[in-house]
Parts: sequence; structure tokens; C-alpha cells
Amino acid sequence: MNYFVIIISAILVNNIVLMQFLGICPFLGVSKKVSTAVGMMGAVAFVMVLATLVTYLIQVYILNPLHLDFLQTISFILVIAFLVQLVEIILKKASPPLYQALGIYLPLITTNCAILGVAILTVQKDFNLLEGIVFAVSNAIGFGLALILFAGMREHLDLVNVPKGLRGTPIALITAGILAMAFMGFSGLV
Amino acid sequence: MNQWKNFSKGFIKENPVFILLLGMCPTLGVTTSAINGLGMGLATTFVLVMSNLVVSLIKNLIPDKVRIPSFIVIIATFVTIVQMVMQAYVPALYKSLGLFIPLIVVNCIVLGRAEAFASKNTTGSSMIDGLGMGLGFSFALTLLGSVREILGSGKIFNIPIYPEDYVTLLFVLPPGAFIVLGYLIYIINKVKKA
Repeated sequence: MNYFVIIISAILVNNIVLMQFLGICPFLGVSKKVSTAVGMMGAVAFVMVLATLVTYLIQVYILNPLHLDFLQTISFILVIAFLVQLVEIILKKASPPLYQALGIYLPLITTNCAILGVAILTVQKDFNLLEGIVFAVSNAIGFGLALILFAGMREHLDLVNVPKGLRGTPIALITAGILAMAFMGFSGLV
Repeated sequence: MNQWKNFSKGFIKENPVFILLLGMCPTLGVTTSAINGLGMGLATTFVLVMSNLVVSLIKNLIPDKVRIPSFIVIIATFVTIVQMVMQAYVPALYKSLGLFIPLIVVNCIVLGRAEAFASKNTTGSSMIDGLGMGLGFSFALTLLGSVREILGSGKIFNIPIYPEDYVTLLFVLPPGAFIVLGYLIYIINKVKKA
């Protein structure tokens, strides 16, 4: 597998938010301002890469040799919940400024399906460890790209006169649809 | 009467998708056809009812601090059961729902109901709550799936209703999911106010 193909496909062609619908909750929830979107992107990227690394090792060295594949869902979600807690505790001690910046987003990440989704996809696609990490990093970038673009658009939406019933979520979803349409232009790139 | 209210609130008044905006990932991801939406909805309903049942049974045994991780383990257990049953009996549906079946674990509706309802109420009303919420979720997914299937492939539940030459393919592609859901929420809000 060519690394370049993995990167381009994860960021643009199969964008995790707009094309695969993973991580929609934070995409709609914390995209009201560009600055919070950047914070969320940092936290997601951090946990996504770490979680993919650890779940990959668990799959290859524990679940596969012992034929415990059916425990995949349970063990992965536990690992992710554990990692999020651990990251929170370590950041609090080691780097208070970073904790201040990411802190409020961290608990939300356990139930962010993008994290579990990427961990499972990495196993499903038979990536090796390095490919898996490249895949996780690219997906985190793709998530951040969609989130920041969308936050920028929503900041503009606040200034526009939207028909009354469409205000709030409906217009945000339609805007996301148009953004997804723009991303469809990338299909066929790889 | 009270139990009926408890059951029916999930359909319109507190519909998890249209009003509470929970569980958006499977809502948008699997609804390319009505049957996919229904299948996903029923799978989630099963997990909801069973996890509400177990959570309400053992709510007094779980220490408050490890509440959330315990709920997640309970939910993940039932998701694994659903996953194995679907793989064995409806392999085609299992394949088309794909990644979204294991992702029921992180569906906010399930954890939300366990935390907000089942951990405080009796077993009976928790199961009714789970059933109502699950069927409300199924209703929303089936509705969204039907609209997208009719507009995007000219069929409903795989029964052709008009020639394929007139379909707008966009609606079964990702952008269509966002746009149709946006307008559906708009319509539901209008209906609720009227």
C-alpha cells in the first residue's frame, strides 16, 4: 500500500466526517467557532493516533493469537476509555496549559465514533503498524480539516438572514451537505 | 397512562434524532435505503432495551465512580451479541451496515438512556423507555432512509415506484444525507409547533 494513497484518500477522497459519517457529534457540536474547532482537532488527533497504536497491538498480539476476535468491540472501547482517562491525568500533571486547552474536549472523545471507527478500520484493512499510524494521522487531519472549514462557514452563517424555521441545526446540516458536495469533487483522485 | 407517555415520548416529542440530535453518525451513515435504516434501528433498539434492563437491575451494585465504564461494558456486550447474530442470520444487511454495527457502542442514545433513565428508574419503566426510544430511533432512520431511497433510486423497500431515468443520484450519496435530514428536522419542528 502506497503511503501517499493512504494519506490523500483519508484526508480528501474518503473524508472521515463528510464521506464516512464518523464523528458527526463533535462536528455539529463544537463547530460554532474556529478556535474551539482547533482545540477539538488537537484532542482528537492525539487520542486517535494513540488509540490506533494500542488497539492495533492488542489485536495482533492478544486477540489474534488467542482467537478472541469476538472481544474486539469490548476490548477496543475499554482501551479507548482507559486511554482518554490516562491522557487526561497525565496532561493535567505534565502540561497544564495543554490541559487547559484540550481539557473540556477530552471526556467527549470516548464516545466519538471516529476514534473507535478508525481503530476498527485499521484492523479491517489489514494495515501494518506504520500504515495504521499514517492512516490515523491522516484521518485526524481530515477530521480537523472538515471541522475547521465547517466552523468557518458557521461563523458566516450567524451574520446571514436565514428563514426562521431553518435556523440552528437544519441550516447547519444543509451547509454540511453542500460542503460534502464540494468534497465529492475529489472522488476519483486516487 | 403514565407508562404510555413514557413509551410514546420517543416518537415525536423527544425523538432521539429529530429533537435530541443524538446518534447522528449511524443516522446519516446507513440510511441509503429504507431497509438499512430499519435494520440499524432495530439493532439499536435491542441494545437499548437490554442495556436499560441490565443497568436498572444492577444500578444499586455499581459504585458511582465506575458507573460510566460499567455501562459501556454492558452495552458493548449486547452490541457483540447483535453483531454475531446479524452476521449469522442476515449477512447481507450485516455487510451493508458494516462498521456502524460495532459503533452502536458509542451511540450517545444508548449511553444517554442508561445514564439519564435506567440508572434512576425501575426495571419495567426502563425497558419501556428503551423500547420507546429505540422505536423512535428506528422510525427516524426508516423515514430518512425512505425519503433518500425514493429520491435517489426511485424505490422504497426495494420496490420500484418510478423509472430510474428520473432519479437524483445525489440523495443516496453522502451530501444527500445531510440535506434530507436538515429539511426533515425543519418539517418536524414546523409540525411540532402547529
